Amino acid sequence: MNGLVYLSNVVTLELDREKCNGCRMCIIVCPHNVFMIEDRKAVIVNRDLCMECGACDKNCPEHAISVRSGVGCAAGIINGILRGTEPNCDCSSSGNCC
Amino acid sequence: MIMNADYITGSLATTAGTVPRISASLSFHDILNTIRVRWAIGRMNYKVEPGLYAVGNPDAGSEVFVTCNFKLTFDQVRKALAGTDAWLLILDTRGINVWCAAGKGTFGTKELVSRMGKVGLSKIVTHHRIILPQLGATGVSAHEVKAQTGFRVVYGPVRSEDISEFMKQAMKATQEMRTVNFPMWERMKLIPVELSYGSYYLLLVPALFIILSGLNRSGYSLDHAFTGGLRATFNLLVAYLAGLAVTPLLLPWIPFRRFALKGLIVGWVAALVLWMFQMTGSGWIEKSSWFLMTGGLTSFLAMNFTGSSTFTSLSGVQKEMKTALPLQIGMAALGIILWVISKFITV
Repeated sequence: MNGLVYLSNVVTLELDREKCNGCRMCIIVCPHNVFMIEDRKAVIVNRDLCMECGACDKNCPEHAISVRSGVGCAAGIINGILRGTEPNCDCSSSGNCC
Repeated sequence: MIMNADYITGSLATTAGTVPRISASLSFHDILNTIRVRWAIGRMNYKVEPGLYAVGNPDAGSEVFVTCNFKLTFDQVRKALAGTDAWLLILDTRGINVWCAAGKGTFGTKELVSRMGKVGLSKIVTHHRIILPQLGATGVSAHEVKAQTGFRVVYGPVRSEDISEFMKQAMKATQEMRTVNFPMWERMKLIPVELSYGSYYLLLVPALFIILSGLNRSGYSLDHAFTGGLRATFNLLVAYLAGLAVTPLLLPWIPFRRFALKGLIVGWVAALVLWMFQMTGSGWIEKSSWFLMTGGLTSFLAMNFTGSSTFTSLSGVQKEMKTALPLQIGMAALGIILWVISKFITV
């Protein structure tokens, strides 16, 4: 992964294989190849590559995936601390953001 | 409907009204504006009107591509559609790119469904299929769109430049097309926007350092303010560039996974270079003050690059910040105190 791997064992990604129907949607939407199909069901193969974007969770029709999604952005987290809210990259007021 | 934009070349009559036809090639003006926006000038207000557009001569059987209303993205997508006949549906993401907007929810199921209704998409095309950028999946739920509209969401490639290959492969994206990477060129493109991060602090902080540089045991010296202040400004600028340009560029090769640690290393290397060129003053108090200030500042700026990177998770950034932020503040504060003390005591 050309040296661009973030911290290990931190992400909140969970997959309930019992619920999985093998539709492959998680594999299609994941930008970091976290999932694979094994025995016709999804399995997490690259857990530490997960960036908690939440695309798999949002697109799993069986609700088999859960992840606390959000932006991995220090400025957004500081924003949240300052305003007493959740980490928040909605910086529309400051006029400069992603 | 706005018809005055230079990318609009005409119009197309459909069963649901007139749709503007757009050019699939970028003008000199578009390219100039891209460069301008890359330098963070007017970046937050670089938008196109949301709605449906036609590329080429689309009909009821043509594919519908969906994207955001950030003009930079709009340009990339229409360029990628050159030579095809397609519909382009633009969602209102307030001028934010697809991935960030999807994270905020503005590129989301609700806006997509309502925009499809507003343009009368089901009257314009007879198939029930829309093609979305894969990164839109963070905000859009394909099965909910299907349930609400009857349309099937097909997630296309991450990058618009792969659209034509994706279409050739019968709408199958290869693993490479599905993977987000973060190569040198993409990191480099972000640097100008990164450099705008400091905004007015870029004037305020040097001004404070120049004023404080005049302090000494025998009162105040304008001479010291000028020479010492200039040197301090130079050192701070080096730390700023170390955090916002050098760290992003060399990101994969700097040891450690935490961005704050990567930044600390680069900051200290920068301080070492400054020290070798005798820019960190005389006496160990001022010398160590520069290692503290440079380390703290560069580490903090590097940590902020997590937001621009494409692979950091919220949980991970929270974890590293918990220890890094207090240390960065502590280092910078101690550094400033020692630096002021060094004006009065030379050891």
